[in-house]
Amino acid sequence: MSYITKPVARHPGQRKNSLGLTARDYEGGMSTLCAGCGHDSITAALVQAFFELEVQPHRVAKLSGIGCSSKTPAYFLSASHGLNSVHGRMPSIATGANAACSDLTYVGVSGDGDSLSIGLGQFAHALRRNLNMLYIIENNGVYGLTKGQFSASADVGSKSKRGIPNQFEPIDPVLTAIALGGSFVARSFSGDKHQLVPLIKAGMAHKGFALLDVISPCVTFNDHDGSTKSYKYTRDNFAEVNKADFVPHAQEITVKYDQGSLQPVTLHDGSRVFLRKVTEEYDPTDRSSASAYIQRHQQKGEVVTGLLYMNSDAPDMHATNNTVSQALRDHEYSDLCPGPDALKALQQGYR
Amino acid sequence: MSSPVMQRVNDFVIKLANVNGTGSASANGLLSKTIFRMGVPISAKNFFPSNIQGLPTWYEVRISKDGYQSRSGRVDVMVAMNAETYADDVAEVSPGGFLLYDASWPLDKQLLRDDVTFLGIPLAKSCAEEFDSARVRILMKNVMYVGALVALLDLDISVVEKLLEEQFATKPKLVPLNMRAVKMGYDYAVEHFDYPLPVRVAPMKATENHIMMDGNTAAGLGCVYAGATVGAWYPITPSTSLMDAFDGFCQRFRKDPETGEKRYCVIQAEDELSAIGMVIGASWNGARAFTPTSGPGISLMSEFIGFAYFTEVPAVLFDVQRVGPSTGMPTRTQQGDVMMCAYASHGDTKHVCLYPADPSECFYLAVEAFDLAEQLQTPVFVLSDLDIGMNEWRCPELQWDDGYQPNRGKLLDAAALEKIEKFYRYLDTDGDGICARSVPGVHPKGAFFTRGSGHNKYGGYTEDPDEYQEVLDRLARKFQTAAALVPEPVIRQQSGITDAVICYGSSDCAVQEALDRLQDSGIQLNYMRIRAFPFGDEVKAFLKSHQRIFVVEQNRDAQMVSLLTLETDVDREKLISLLHYGGFPIYADFIVNQVSEYLGERSSV
Repeated sequence: MSYITKPVARHPGQRKNSLGLTARDYEGGMSTLCAGCGHDSITAALVQAFFELEVQPHRVAKLSGIGCSSKTPAYFLSASHGLNSVHGRMPSIATGANAACSDLTYVGVSGDGDSLSIGLGQFAHALRRNLNMLYIIENNGVYGLTKGQFSASADVGSKSKRGIPNQFEPIDPVLTAIALGGSFVARSFSGDKHQLVPLIKAGMAHKGFALLDVISPCVTFNDHDGSTKSYKYTRDNFAEVNKADFVPHAQEITVKYDQGSLQPVTLHDGSRVFLRKVTEEYDPTDRSSASAYIQRHQQKGEVVTGLLYMNSDAPDMHATNNTVSQALRDHEYSDLCPGPDALKALQQGYR
Repeated sequence: MSSPVMQRVNDFVIKLANVNGTGSASANGLLSKTIFRMGVPISAKNFFPSNIQGLPTWYEVRISKDGYQSRSGRVDVMVAMNAETYADDVAEVSPGGFLLYDASWPLDKQLLRDDVTFLGIPLAKSCAEEFDSARVRILMKNVMYVGALVALLDLDISVVEKLLEEQFATKPKLVPLNMRAVKMGYDYAVEHFDYPLPVRVAPMKATENHIMMDGNTAAGLGCVYAGATVGAWYPITPSTSLMDAFDGFCQRFRKDPETGEKRYCVIQAEDELSAIGMVIGASWNGARAFTPTSGPGISLMSEFIGFAYFTEVPAVLFDVQRVGPSTGMPTRTQQGDVMMCAYASHGDTKHVCLYPADPSECFYLAVEAFDLAEQLQTPVFVLSDLDIGMNEWRCPELQWDDGYQPNRGKLLDAAALEKIEKFYRYLDTDGDGICARSVPGVHPKGAFFTRGSGHNKYGGYTEDPDEYQEVLDRLARKFQTAAALVPEPVIRQQSGITDAVICYGSSDCAVQEALDRLQDSGIQLNYMRIRAFPFGDEVKAFLKSHQRIFVVEQNRDAQMVSLLTLETDVDREKLISLLHYGGFPIYADFIVNQVSEYLGERSSV
């Protein structure tokens, strides 16, 4: 998608990670989104998360569909492979890519139109397969590129810029994901980098489908009074259930927590997410109570954020298929072709 | 009975009318395989409904010492096991033919014909007396008529027993049970009828080094041999058995016997849109990937097909064509997707299409499709159809060259990328329209951004008209390169003959037979079978060197004629369409009659 080439500026004092890369090395082209767009904050959070996770950029595949959100893979990790596919179909590209090669990091960026309307089917099925990827929905309740139509995540009564209220029930990606058996379901707000960065890191470490729904206000079409996806509304109605801190496997745990509210969750690779509970009653490992809690607060107009549900035991697509650990694309041809003798023997059964 | 009965040894058709879901398929398979094992060439076709149980289904076996595989249009022996279609089945028997029916119930005398011999056997009654469970009775009724046919057609009963032993190798108890039913039929026929019939089988040696295989099985096997590791699909008749075959062969060849770990991944997608997305994702990421589907699936995949064309991602699609439009008749055959596949998607798109004529070619062209897709970095369609895909054809044993290595085209590995100063995905440095390609994660220098939107030759985003057009023109150049890489046509011609016939795909067997028959009556036609689109020089030269060209197709709108007219400078007036599109496979008589009629009219003018 469209972007402006960003000048490379090197500052000798920039912090480097263990690969010798600076945060700049994880940036992409200059964004062409509107000034103040929530999506750009998410892009910045991704840059920080990748830098801190010390991922080799070329081992990352960035995937997207169509829409403002789907443009953003051009704005981070320009040293990675990217694929900007067709509208609503990023999950199938991700599924095939992952089938071919299980040992890259997959990050998909989508929007509420891309994932909840045209692509609802693919979103649901990638989730069912527990595809190993981080799937971010940059959720603003509105179609930006086609100038302001409601999306499927718009709340009942939320008003368009022209003052017309939406009358249809919203599709909540978080509740949908929990209902469909999603193994990692989180929500955050583009304006809260402190919550967003650890959730991105935890989502990438999770071996399975990590859904991160990020409320990301559209400054041009959905940031007015009467909108329930505006900066003001989201800030006023933000109900955080836990604060996440992500500790990679190799790193010594030095962060100190108030034990009374600490809930560590260990991921497949041994890294851990520490959830500092803001609300004592919330249990992110209990599927039905998580849904009930989110719905209860939704009725009060509150947007519940944090790591809302997690099941680190769910097998991912390759585990279910029992695929060999070596990436399928990397097998020697001689490992794949049965050869002439096998063909001859096989054909005895066709006589 | 009053008709003179002609001896028809190794040249007749037996048709079996059954109710689907009654287990007749395995009994009928036993019958055809017995004849095949006796060294006699056969072809077998299923005519079945889009239904699971209870509707009429027919199985037609043509026994042809000359090896003709198309439908013959006649029925010499009818096994009428379906009361519902009985009247039609009686009417379909050729004069002098035979009809075997279940005499457990009295026959409607009004349906009798003087010119057909009726052979009644109390199948249901005998099986009810002999076997206990209801399910076994139904199954053995079928096996019993096979036994009767062993006597009537002079088949080798030891071959039947051998086949049963092979079939039930893991359940040997079933062999004597089935043989009991075979003997019941055999004994009844021997006791009550003059046997063998004048229509009968005599052993030959014409099926050595041959197999009976359907095209979907062969194509699935081809995918295994091509080294495909990812298959994504949505079930649709008549393509479903292709993925079943791939999966089955992979279980046999690519599954670790101890751990059960698989060196392949088959994904049943939520729809065809997703299936093709998975193929594109997997190919973009360096695996060989494919999807089998039928016409409606191609319609749904079309947006993504254009994406893969423009972003130059390889993909292999098998379109096992069925009758359209819309749902059409899902269990009937047609060549109705020729135009759709050639130009699938929006904008300026053109695609490589391969047209296998039989199952063995499904195997070889499947392998070639993967090579072409990677060489040309584009979607490649293999257009089979229901007749090839789901019917068993007699094929020469498939051969495999142990020296084969997949042709991955201009795919750069880590070492090659390391040497390059800077990698540009869409830069044509060789002038053939094909650019070097990298896959994710192999080397930092290979990273680029794949976008369906406007991109320039360096892979950067563009909305500049000249930059965009430059890429589009280069894609047209690549398509010219494709014309020289795709399989050449099969041509048989003699100088001095200016009339010709062109065919492709499953029509070929009927055309071959028709050409022999036409030659017998003094009509000589040169012959070309098109195997691929885009059309190469040989196709164009053949068009140029003939004055009247019959083009045989199984669709209403003469789609290949349209394609030839659009893509070559052939004079449209030269092309005479012979079109067969009712849903059953084309047969030689149709072609012979149409050609004779046309030439007759012309010569009498």
